[in-house]
Amino acid sequence: MSQWVINGIRAGIKTTAYPGKPETAAGVTPGLPVGGDYPANDVNSLISLCPTRVFSNSDSQILVDPRRCIHCYRCIRDIERPVNWEQTYEWGTIRDGQHEFGQPFERSIHICVVDAGDCGACLNEVKQLNNPYYNMHRLGFFITPTPRHADVLLVVGPVTDHMKFALRKVYDAMPTPKRVVAVGACALTGGVFAESFVCARGVADVLPVDVEVPGNPPPPLAILHGLLVVTGRKTPATWAGSKTIKT
Amino acid sequence: MQCGFAAGSPCEVTCTRVTLPDLCGHLFLDWNFSFAGLIVEEGASEWQLRYAFYGDGDAGWVHVLVAAPLAEKTFPSIVKFVHAADWHEREAEDLFGIHFEGHPRLGDFILHDDAWQEGVEPMRRKFDPREAMRHRKPDEDWRPHRIVQEPGAFVMPVGPKYSGVTESVHFLLETVGEDVIRSTPRLFYKWRAIEKLAEGKSADEVLLLAERFAATTAFAHGLAFCQAAETVCGANVPPRAMTLRVFLAELERLRQHAGAIQEICESTALAVANAHAGICEEELLRISGEITGHRYLFGLLTLGGLLCDLANDACAKALEKSQKVLSQLNALEKHLRVSSSFLDRLEEVGIVPERTAMVYGLLGPIARASGMVRDLRRAQPYLGYENIQFDVPFEEEGDGYARLRILFAEARQSVRIMEQAVGALQSGNVRERIELRAGAALGWVEAPRGGAFHWVRLDGNGKVARYRIIPPSFANWHGFHLSVEKFAFQDFPIMLSTFDLSVAENDR
Ligand code: SF4
Repeated sequence: MSQWVINGIRAGIKTTAYPGKPETAAGVTPGLPVGGDYPANDVNSLISLCPTRVFSNSDSQILVDPRRCIHCYRCIRDIERPVNWEQTYEWGTIRDGQHEFGQPFERSIHICVVDAGDCGACLNEVKQLNNPYYNMHRLGFFITPTPRHADVLLVVGPVTDHMKFALRKVYDAMPTPKRVVAVGACALTGGVFAESFVCARGVADVLPVDVEVPGNPPPPLAILHGLLVVTGRKTPATWAGSKTIKT
Repeated sequence: MQCGFAAGSPCEVTCTRVTLPDLCGHLFLDWNFSFAGLIVEEGASEWQLRYAFYGDGDAGWVHVLVAAPLAEKTFPSIVKFVHAADWHEREAEDLFGIHFEGHPRLGDFILHDDAWQEGVEPMRRKFDPREAMRHRKPDEDWRPHRIVQEPGAFVMPVGPKYSGVTESVHFLLETVGEDVIRSTPRLFYKWRAIEKLAEGKSADEVLLLAERFAATTAFAHGLAFCQAAETVCGANVPPRAMTLRVFLAELERLRQHAGAIQEICESTALAVANAHAGICEEELLRISGEITGHRYLFGLLTLGGLLCDLANDACAKALEKSQKVLSQLNALEKHLRVSSSFLDRLEEVGIVPERTAMVYGLLGPIARASGMVRDLRRAQPYLGYENIQFDVPFEEEGDGYARLRILFAEARQSVRIMEQAVGALQSGNVRERIELRAGAALGWVEAPRGGAFHWVRLDGNGKVARYRIIPPSFANWHGFHLSVEKFAFQDFPIMLSTFDLSVAENDR
């Protein structure tokens, strides 16, 4: 047993400095496209190239809806005019019309995670929050298996038909006040699974969503940022040159 | 019976409904063929059922074909001889409405009876997948199937939401006292009908689905799809792209195995080991993110090669970092091997004997832990794996500990393959523009969890007419109950983690 203690100490401290300082290590985020100038002749082909309609056009500027991006990279790879791309990760936003979260959420929060049909990647990134690199416990975030102890419901996946009922039940079992965080492109817009007879177009079709974290999947730091937004310790992302596209 | 052969393509055997079960039985039981899967296609006037089998090396692929007019929806079941086909037949019954005579248990599989009425056949051509189904008349009286009838028998329903960060699946655990007597998983809570959504889409769009339906092994599934479509179109993937594909596929396997090891450590509540394995997994995710831009390797594959090139020195750097992670994994294994509290929970628990593994058609590391040594990279090589030196590790015991050892051993082989790939990187382009043609082909890949088979039929306009995904977790979930029955209830989560099952992959 003592061997494990020594091993643990030998590994040293791995934990990210975020949210105190920005994380600069490579490979912690897939990045997202950002809007800006784009040659007017090519705008339309760019718009039709994106499989999930991220881009829209306004006077030789392209606008992006980061919530819709599924990281296919077709707008930057093997294309003559790549769009601008930024390796950010502070992506959590408060959904339109939702209020501030207030005092009940300022300290430690307990989070109930529901998989409503994700591909496994979002869930795996949520799982990474417990590895020593992110160690969410140090920020007072705890995963709880039971909705009865949960303050926050974290949902991944587009919400499949078979999961609708279970998701609703988990939400109803949570005490108030409660908040819902939707994580990943599928949970926000249905992603590649939208327009189907077995999936909703994201969690908002079923429950009132408070915080949204885009990405396919969002990296652990983005999910952490979304949770910090719930507790009021970080300001929500503001996307320059963005425009929400409704389906 | 008729047999057609063309070099490089499968041997297609056309048979009648009467001879089907015997023929499949001989292939599977007597001639040592593995069952890849059942592919049902609805033609203009006929059903075509294709039972795909493969053997080692020259034995190659055998596709048993049987056809019948659309009005005749009854076929004989082959499960009497090929138990591995059990869930394939249940799936086809649920989604196409085909009846398999002699199958012991059809119904309530993908479409849950408490959510859908009987008679919905979503994979039929006439069914429109973009319309939400409003008229629903589920079976109100549906109750779970109960098998154990004994004094003191108790059914414990678990899930679909049952623990911290877990995928959604339901288990009916029938227990007497401490022991689990029967375990029946109820899957498909996450069914997204990928096969149906793919129909009518362009091959490029379907590739997005292939990568994203089970993204912890995104590259492997994307690759299987690409290989199928490339076979149809007769594409020659440039050598550099092939080598890079090998490199990335092995990087993914290494990462997925590190993740699986972490889950096992977590399930046994060994905190330091859990942290160590978690560090390894995160580091491999970062390595993937650094060289490819995406932590789960999205957006690299394209039909005819890769969407972007990776620099040689970036690959060399990624390899060097992966080797470091591997040495951490090796150290972890060394310590786990002498931690008796850990071993007690894995050794001689959840045993799957070789014969049972074979009958159930288990795949991947799970099968190799039970002594079934068949790895598609060796048995039916693709991407030039025949020119690469590597071992296929296997164990005899078939218990939880054997499955863990396989994961460590395969991680070492993956790094060995990555080393050879980096050494062999050719110069040249990484993408050949391909011309889409009509036709159909099977693509296969040894994914981290086992063999993955993707059947793609393209029509004349470059659209996908039929897409069938047969993921390894579909086979392994089918046999999972073997490892928990007759063992104590508290072993259940540990055995679940040693099976490294993906629900997303199974549910599609
Ligand atoms: S990477 Fe995102 S924005 Fe770019 S084409 Fe793909 S989905 Fe659209």
